Amino acid sequence: MTYFLDLFMSGLTRGSIYALIALGYTMVYGIIALINFAHGEIYMIGAFTALLASMVLSAQGMSGWGLLLSVAVIAAIYAGMYGWTVERIAYRPLRGSSRLAPLISAIGMSFFLQNYVQLAQTSNFVLFPDLIPQMPFLKPIAGYLNRTQVIILLFTTLSMVALTLFIKFTKMGMAMRAVAQDMTMARLSGVNIDRVISSTFIIGSVLAALGGVLIGCSMRQIYFYMGFLAGMKAFTAAVLGGIGSIPGAVIGALILGFAESFAAGYISSSYRDVVAFIILIIILIFRPEGIMGQAQTQKV
Amino acid sequence: MSVIRQDVSLASIFWSELKSALLATLWMCLLAFPLMTLTINPTEKTFIFSLERMPYLAGGTFVLSILWRFFLKRRAFQGITKAVHQSGGLPEDLTKGPKPTWVTVVMGLRHKRLGFFLLLAFTIVLPFVSSPYTVNIMVTALIYVTLGLGLNVVVGVSGLLNLGYIAFYAIGAYTYALLNHYFGLSFWVCLPLGALTATLMGLLLGFPVIRLSGDYLAIVTLSFGEITRLVLNNLEVTRGPRGISYIKPASFFGIDLNAAPKEFLIKWLGVDPSMDINKIFTYFIILALVILTIVCVFRLENSRLGRAWLAMREDEIACQAMGINRTRAKLTAFALGSTWAGLAGVVFASHITFINPASFSFLGSILILSIVVLGGMGSIPGVILGAIVISALPEQLRFFSQYRMLLFGALMVLMMVFRPGGLIQSTRVVHIHKTKGNGQARLKALTGAPKPKTGGYS
Amino acid sequence: MSPADQYPRPKGGHDLILNAIGMSMVFGGLVALNGVNLSIERDSVTALIGPNGSGKTTFFNCVTGIYKPTRGDVILYPAANLPSISLKGLPADVITQRGLARTFQNIRLFNNLTVLENVLIGRHCRMEAGLWGALTRNKKTRAEEAAGIEYSFDLLVTYGLDAMANELAKNLPYGDQRRLEIVRALATEPKVLLLDEPAAGLNISETAALRDLITHIREREKVSILLIEHDMSLVMNVSKKIYVFDYGRLIAEGPPEEIQRDPKVIKAYLGED
Repeated sequence: MTYFLDLFMSGLTRGSIYALIALGYTMVYGIIALINFAHGEIYMIGAFTALLASMVLSAQGMSGWGLLLSVAVIAAIYAGMYGWTVERIAYRPLRGSSRLAPLISAIGMSFFLQNYVQLAQTSNFVLFPDLIPQMPFLKPIAGYLNRTQVIILLFTTLSMVALTLFIKFTKMGMAMRAVAQDMTMARLSGVNIDRVISSTFIIGSVLAALGGVLIGCSMRQIYFYMGFLAGMKAFTAAVLGGIGSIPGAVIGALILGFAESFAAGYISSSYRDVVAFIILIIILIFRPEGIMGQAQTQKV
Repeated sequence: MSVIRQDVSLASIFWSELKSALLATLWMCLLAFPLMTLTINPTEKTFIFSLERMPYLAGGTFVLSILWRFFLKRRAFQGITKAVHQSGGLPEDLTKGPKPTWVTVVMGLRHKRLGFFLLLAFTIVLPFVSSPYTVNIMVTALIYVTLGLGLNVVVGVSGLLNLGYIAFYAIGAYTYALLNHYFGLSFWVCLPLGALTATLMGLLLGFPVIRLSGDYLAIVTLSFGEITRLVLNNLEVTRGPRGISYIKPASFFGIDLNAAPKEFLIKWLGVDPSMDINKIFTYFIILALVILTIVCVFRLENSRLGRAWLAMREDEIACQAMGINRTRAKLTAFALGSTWAGLAGVVFASHITFINPASFSFLGSILILSIVVLGGMGSIPGVILGAIVISALPEQLRFFSQYRMLLFGALMVLMMVFRPGGLIQSTRVVHIHKTKGNGQARLKALTGAPKPKTGGYS
Repeated sequence: MSPADQYPRPKGGHDLILNAIGMSMVFGGLVALNGVNLSIERDSVTALIGPNGSGKTTFFNCVTGIYKPTRGDVILYPAANLPSISLKGLPADVITQRGLARTFQNIRLFNNLTVLENVLIGRHCRMEAGLWGALTRNKKTRAEEAAGIEYSFDLLVTYGLDAMANELAKNLPYGDQRRLEIVRALATEPKVLLLDEPAAGLNISETAALRDLITHIREREKVSILLIEHDMSLVMNVSKKIYVFDYGRLIAEGPPEEIQRDPKVIKAYLGED
């Protein structure tokens, strides 16, 4: 039973991190119908920036909650900047071109960023410091939930709530929903499309960076290629939940997290990644609109 | 009609461009600041701070940003001129073909037949006058040409983004490796078998996923590529990550080419004595395969089937409305593309004699895709040029090789933004109305109709 | 009536070529088409009019197999001595083979192919060469290919587009693009041609030429035409019978003179009062 519970908790935390990345995919897809292949790389850059920031800040004598929060904020800001720049360079000039062009450009961007980090830093695995402070009040539930998992769940829940409030109640959130519905109409109503798209990339990137920080804390090591697999899985989660749907992305991510965790626990850990890919293929074939998505009829 | 003219002087353009370029430089430096200046030393858990890369970065970004803005403006300007032509605002000579660009001139595409024979003569003579190293590179390059042309059928002609193309290459290679390892089957038996297996796998994957639209198809094929690699990595039969070694090279009617024929070649043709003659043989096998591929792809592109693929790429709805069975067109494109990957895989296994799953990573799919994108989607000479540029050049330029992957990524973005048609844009075959007048008379006889008034049109 | 006639032809002396019965299309909760009956007489021009969003294009899409209609059946009577065919549930490409061809409201040409190739693709369903033929280029394939090219050139000559045969379709002026779309549809040798707003974006003289073109197609090519159009002078001039849609329903049908006077039609176009 405890084995089951272990797997359950690891699935939950894994799923939470996928959710943070999946939101970026789903938001971008919802607005400009593009699979942002470079999104996984933004997550990786978030993790690397967090590592560098933590080294510099701890050398300055920072520690505990202050360190964790500052590192998260720095990583988020940098990832946001990268996300914005990627959109400006690789996607904006291609708006209105054929469908294949932005997709190939996205793959190119992803490849570029991967190799940029590899060349600027290292192609080896790098140790990630333990940033999560000790939490004595967790003693009673320590058997079920460790401090890293608590932080992951807390961060994820808070980000989801913040995102939902943002989409529902702010002016920009409303503009995003409008653009997702009908870009032409939104533009005619005076919505600044460029700003909305940029904001979407920035928000998605910030969430991905948080995912990067959390995965660093949880796995304790990062490397330049980590964005590819995580990106693929997060995309699977987004599709599973129904691409374009925000609650869908979260549900899809959790399902994927559990599936992987149980498959690794009960079947074989070497097939964990295969499970995710097979789930992806099966959904795309049988229910391409996902769990929360709606079947769309192509306009003729 | 009045034209609004803003007061634009060269100086003001200069200053505003300079300002934008400087801002972009500043932004990029800021962006690259932590990752480029702080280097982690993972073993000692320390980091090194150094600003020495920054001046290069700043200088590079400044130049690039000026070029970027210039080319974007030029692109926008060309777009406007084209729109004006289209609405009939400016007369355009429609009878002229596309203007010759430097690429068409350099590649000898202006004098097609001559260029073709020169190229053929060059490729035949090449292995006898060059070093073993060059022959190795050329074999690799030609394998990539085959792969590029195969993927071109799928991506360039049919518009289906296949990101798992390397999997079919792996299937071809493993078919030969396994059959040779366990059953001792020869290269010549395995060549068709490898192609067949890859085609069947293409069909197997194709059947369920073919309903999917562009980007979903990309993701599924990517997943398929990864699954294939992971499975090869975990199976016992394929010996997992250790791979399969001592694969036999292709044999020439069972004759040991490194014995008597080698003496002959060294003596009479002055071939490099350190040359492995089997490699020369492999070179000619892959050369023949490339020529066969070119002929097949050219014929396909200009056939009923090929036109169906092109129509599907251009507009899926309209292609169905023209009576094209979209599912069948997609499946044939997908499966045929896989066939060439399978063929290339068998040759690859026999050439390199050792394969393991690491040879077939996602990177490979990207490499082949960038060949097609760089060369020109749908253009046969383009893909050949792309394959040579991408596979052979990095081997020659050592400096380049370290940054090669970085450059590929950047290249794919730049190509999409500035030259989506690739280095050599694909051109369509020009048809001539052979029965001019005659056909018209026939139609008149058929319908008894005079030519309808069309003067009011256009 | 031939003995194999599964779907009896309606009485009343009209020689129908196409009969759509009870066509309905529901998107989610939205009823885009609601039990529409529409029939096309052989060798005639029939028009389909109605305000924007009244379901005209949806009807086209249902008939040509781009959408699967929720309910309803479409029956084609290819010729007086041939058995009738139900088009219900057939995919779009098979429907085109059976003899229905269409154009699109927003021109959907194959932009990066030449004008001739566009027409050749229209010939696709009347040609046979497959993979083997393409690879071997045998005698039969070559002959078929040559015949296809000749046929396409002939069509281009007839409709005045032969001078631009080797030009990319996207480089054609707008009016020629519209015309090329019609020629491409004709290349499939249709029995019924469905034109979706062919006059949209054309100027007065171009529209006049289009009127001649439609008449020519009907008279000389023996193709029956169903036309969606907003240009009332064109519709009233060329069509024998007019159907009027509003909110997915058929509100009126009849010859042009009747439709012009019909109070329901006037109401649908101009609103109450």
